[in-house]
Amino acid sequence: MEAEQSLLERCDLWGCIQCGKCTGGCPVSFKTTLNIRRLVYQALVEGELSPDGMAELWDCTTCGTCVLRCPKEVEPSDLIIALRTTLVDGGVIPPSIRDALTSVFRHGNPSLMPPDERADWAEGLGVKNISEGADTLYFVGCIPSYDDRAQKVAKALVKVFQKAEVDFGILGVEEKCCCNEVRRVGEEGLFEYMVEEQRELFKGYGVQHIVTTSPHCFNTFKNEYEGLDIKVQHYTQFVAELIEGGRLTFTGELNKVVTYHDPCFLGKQNGVFDEPRRILRSIPGLEFREMDRNRDRSLCCEGGGGRMWWEGTNPEEKLATSRFEEVLSVGADVMAVACPFCLLTFELAAKAGGYDEKVQVLDIMELVAQVI
Amino acid sequence: MQAALDVADAGFKAYLVEKEPSIGGRMAQLSETFPTLDCSSCILTPKMVSVGGHPNIELLTYAEVVAVTGKAGHFRVKVRKKPRYVDVDKCTGCGSCAEACRLKDRLDSEFNMAMGKRGAAYVPFPQAVPLKYTIDPEHCLMIQRGKCGKTPACSDACPAGAIDFDQEPQIVDLAVEAIIVATGFDPFDPRLKPEYAYGLYDNVITGLQFERLSSASGPTYGEIKLDDRQIHDVVFIQCVGSRDRSLGNAYCSRVCCMYTAKQAHLVREKLPDARVTVFYMDIRAFGKGFEEFYDRVREEQVLYRRGNPSEIYARGGRLVVRAEDTLLGQPVEVEADLVVLAIGLVPRADTQALAQLLGLSSSEDGFFQEAHPKFRPTETDVDGVFLAGCCQGPKDIPDAVAQGKAAAASAIVLMSRSGSQLASGEE
Repeated sequence: MEAEQSLLERCDLWGCIQCGKCTGGCPVSFKTTLNIRRLVYQALVEGELSPDGMAELWDCTTCGTCVLRCPKEVEPSDLIIALRTTLVDGGVIPPSIRDALTSVFRHGNPSLMPPDERADWAEGLGVKNISEGADTLYFVGCIPSYDDRAQKVAKALVKVFQKAEVDFGILGVEEKCCCNEVRRVGEEGLFEYMVEEQRELFKGYGVQHIVTTSPHCFNTFKNEYEGLDIKVQHYTQFVAELIEGGRLTFTGELNKVVTYHDPCFLGKQNGVFDEPRRILRSIPGLEFREMDRNRDRSLCCEGGGGRMWWEGTNPEEKLATSRFEEVLSVGADVMAVACPFCLLTFELAAKAGGYDEKVQVLDIMELVAQVI
Repeated sequence: MQAALDVADAGFKAYLVEKEPSIGGRMAQLSETFPTLDCSSCILTPKMVSVGGHPNIELLTYAEVVAVTGKAGHFRVKVRKKPRYVDVDKCTGCGSCAEACRLKDRLDSEFNMAMGKRGAAYVPFPQAVPLKYTIDPEHCLMIQRGKCGKTPACSDACPAGAIDFDQEPQIVDLAVEAIIVATGFDPFDPRLKPEYAYGLYDNVITGLQFERLSSASGPTYGEIKLDDRQIHDVVFIQCVGSRDRSLGNAYCSRVCCMYTAKQAHLVREKLPDARVTVFYMDIRAFGKGFEEFYDRVREEQVLYRRGNPSEIYARGGRLVVRAEDTLLGQPVEVEADLVVLAIGLVPRADTQALAQLLGLSSSEDGFFQEAHPKFRPTETDVDGVFLAGCCQGPKDIPDAVAQGKAAAASAIVLMSRSGSQLASGEE
């Protein structure tokens, strides 16, 4: 940990001109008191910044919009993560986030689930373990491993892989949390510890190619696992290749109007906008319609950056709810997603807002699996 | 143009090579100029006519420099004249060809920044110099498909028999003593800032498009309107593509603060009841009369809000500009019927090609590098090659004119040594 470094040494904020583009684009700035532009200014003026009592720091979804749009290449969300680190170190942290971190450390997943049940979802599917050797490691992720709803996505992806005759394996009970969110809630120490472990695991099995369910795992493997010399793809990238290379062919039709919600960690943060759309457009019978806010202007679902484990300072107002108004306005039957966080967040909001009768929230793989 | 005029007035021969069918450049597209509100084409047209009619200036329009050899005092310049498919000696500029063209009003007019249309036979704008028509080879049916109806409509219509589809490119060799580079700039492409959704909403336009919209000679004859939609709220966004490290455009474009102030004034004048908001990061009103003009515009009830907008989206058929008003410390959504993006100035896309041709270097911002930032602002590392205008960096009209005059003076100094007055040439 870099506890001795001052805040301004840890975060390079001096380039900031206080233009407000960060706060202007922040998806939660309208619903909470979090104002990242002001925090940056306070940090510069005061040199140090005490995060005590700043509950709104936990509202940040780490969607990356502030970083993406800053004209001066300042990374404002670094400051939030640094302040969270101070809070984590001092133990001043929402209990649900603390529990998630403890669970990652003890069980390898944030949901207090038993590690030896991690691969139960794959029982009877004929999925081999990576120890048997395979071209591709399918990194399932915590939520698709344990959550009933998200397991359907993992199963759909397995069906797709099998149909396309992909030689793949999973880590089974050895798989552990990628720790993308662990890092974002400020637990850098745990992140580094877990990275070390996973890297050795991948190395041990001679993994050359990883495909993830979650854009969050994809992001951290691709950008933050130092020295990981492995090709990492989100499943949308890989499956688009399978379809376009003629390895995956459709046998049925899907007569639905479908729109797509860009996950922040896939779209804004990693520029993967086209592949999910290409997959959807290739499905026979499917009519694809864009929402007004798409691609770089997509709206965060509020599931990232630890928000999966904490509902924030203003739980009444959900961005996911407003998103459904947009889905309805384009006349879509299905809101397609490509991220387990988005899937669960939107399903919850759909039920709470009564949208579930009009709109189905489905992962792209669930749609594909219906027509192969 | 100014450099050519000064050189020619001093008694030297000047060749003016222009890529487009007409001289005039970007200034010809502007409606009014800041801060004096002079009509741009009214003050420019006489200059263009002087250039066109000057006995010491030879105009080579629709032409490009393709090779340069030699050194100061003894340059050989190869110029490629693109075929206009119109015999300029016969063309009277009557416009019958454009009227008759089967693609009339079907192609985007570059001059009108796609806010207006033209045909394949066209002049970029009515005050063009030379006033000779051009046939756009990329679209003309005859050139593209070898067939346009039974016979090409333009040929049939031309009373002078000037249409000539057999024209070939021509190479012209020039011997000159000095070269002045005055190639200008490209407007920043706001698609590189996808958060502003330019190209998705037709009522998000660029500052240059606004110029065409508010110009009396523009597609709406100066009315600020897109179609029948009422315009109640106009939002201007400053610094689009400027002061932006993330794009590699770290510099200030120097003209956007003032052209936006001028445009806000024009909105107030033409739409007195409109709410006009300007979002800005800092206002840079540094030139003569600029701060006074900025004062005036605010007095005219143009609301300046400090904040760099982060996103534009649509709601209920209107645009929503999402920003933080940094002085209030609050995120805001401002609804608008028209958003004008104050796009900056960027180096021309062909800068590197031209740099190679002439042996010039570029500074970090991508514009041509002057020989010394303080004492040799119009010279380059290549003896006898001088810079004028925005190709060296963003500047406003008076600064560009001043640099043009300075470049001319530098060229004249060089040429005076050889005593080639009334005999020799340049650019």
